[in-house]
Amino acid sequence: MTADAKALYQQRVMAHYKAPHNEGTLDPRTHEAKGDNPLCGDRVTVHLDLRDGRIEAIAFQVRGCAIAKASASMMTTVVKGRSADEARRLSARLRESLLPDSPPLPDDDPLAAFAGVRLFPTRTRCATLAWETLENALDSQR
Amino acid sequence: MAHPFDIGSIRSQFPALGAVVHGQPLTYLDNASTTQKPTVVLDAIRDAYVQAGANVHRGVHALSAEATARYEAVRGIAQAFLNAPSEKEIIFTSGTTEAINLVAQSAGRVRVAPGDNVVITEMEHHSNLVPWQMLCAERQAQLRVLPIDDHGDLRLERLPVLIDPRTRIVAVSHISNSLGTVNPVVDIVDQAKEVGALTVIDGAQAAPHGPIDVQALGCDFYAFSGHKVFGPTGVGVLWGRRSILETIPPYKGGGDMILSVSFEGTTYNEVPYKFEAGTPNIAGVIGLGAALRYLSDLDFDAIALHEQDLLSRTLDMLDSMPGIRIIGEPKYRAAVVSFDVQGVHPHDVGTVLDLEGVAVRTGHHCTQPVMEHFDVPATVRASFAVYNTREDVDRLAAALKKVQGVFA
Repeated sequence: MTADAKALYQQRVMAHYKAPHNEGTLDPRTHEAKGDNPLCGDRVTVHLDLRDGRIEAIAFQVRGCAIAKASASMMTTVVKGRSADEARRLSARLRESLLPDSPPLPDDDPLAAFAGVRLFPTRTRCATLAWETLENALDSQR
Repeated sequence: MAHPFDIGSIRSQFPALGAVVHGQPLTYLDNASTTQKPTVVLDAIRDAYVQAGANVHRGVHALSAEATARYEAVRGIAQAFLNAPSEKEIIFTSGTTEAINLVAQSAGRVRVAPGDNVVITEMEHHSNLVPWQMLCAERQAQLRVLPIDDHGDLRLERLPVLIDPRTRIVAVSHISNSLGTVNPVVDIVDQAKEVGALTVIDGAQAAPHGPIDVQALGCDFYAFSGHKVFGPTGVGVLWGRRSILETIPPYKGGGDMILSVSFEGTTYNEVPYKFEAGTPNIAGVIGLGAALRYLSDLDFDAIALHEQDLLSRTLDMLDSMPGIRIIGEPKYRAAVVSFDVQGVHPHDVGTVLDLEGVAVRTGHHCTQPVMEHFDVPATVRASFAVYNTREDVDRLAAALKKVQGVFA
């Protein structure tokens, strides 16, 4: 990946880190989950309001690093309004796309924003924590 | 102040230091984690395979004799490095972690009975903590922990309360890998001896800053790792007092640690071979020997002066930067500094530093109790070795300013 792509990713992460989308809690909420990365102390909480299998509202809180926070923010913008199934498929696709030999996602892919985290292989867990937590939230029932 | 030795010449002996990382020259400040290797060590390892490519202790052919000679010679080198009374007290292990597990499972099992206790400290690396937890759980003994104060020094005044006639083992690190604290090991060993407890010193961080004198320290066991003293990974040394080694059972069973084997009965080999089962890390041990010789040829006093110069430069620099907090302010400190940057997660600090070519360690440094004590999830740690320079400190400073710029 070029230096420009790296810079663009960093800008995106910083933008979401400094002005996150959908940060906070949801009340009422139909689903929730907490995720932890014991290696670094990152903690993510995801709240969902699911209606007819669709994510009508979503909120997150993160205690942790910039990539964890930014990823959670980016995730909420991607999945909001989508069905639970679509969200799960996106999560699986993201995980696959971050594997070392995976081909890069096309620029118009909703997950393209996360592509840059491949530049920081030691930080991929920070990026995927929010998505894992989302999946656990979808499996939960309040 | 001029360098007490020719730093340029030393650096040229470490090929890895010439690396370019993310387009920047490498500034390697993660020596507490592992050290770079000088050419003499790399050559010794290669030569071990090219000129002495045979197993040790097992053949009558020339290559085997050569391998055995090179391997066994390192016992004497390690003995000299530690000022141990005998090279028969030098056991080769896979590292400090295995060494401590060896003592816990061998000496620990025969010495620790239900109701006894083992004393460690709050600043121990997990490798000098978990083996004792495991032992105490198995033997129904109590694990007692000597706390640290907010400076990162051991609260020595608590030790007489913890050590009592049922204390069987006292295990302590010589130097803390996360705080840099240099512990008063002699005092601790003296108190342990009064109740007849075995003393085990984790010397992983201390060995590179040497010299180590196990006779002066008075301890019963001393362990260190090859990869932290400019040697290869996968090898380490456990020194143990002969009188104790002869009374404790072997830790691993297999080839080489026996004299004779039959189904009716097996007799064990003499010390130290009793504790070295199977084909050892031959090239690793030979590489370790070259590393210890390299280190001993350098002047330890000169190294200490150099590292303390880098350390004080770093401490001044960190102190002068707003928003940076140094974790721990021990009375005596090796060239290891943990710190955090206000409002920025340590991993984010580490990533920005990495993009500037600066390698530090971020995380809990395998000392989760220390992190809890200072109520931080993790810290950024910079640690120095003989080949670091003042320019390295300046580059760390510049990179930290960049972190603050990015996250402002």
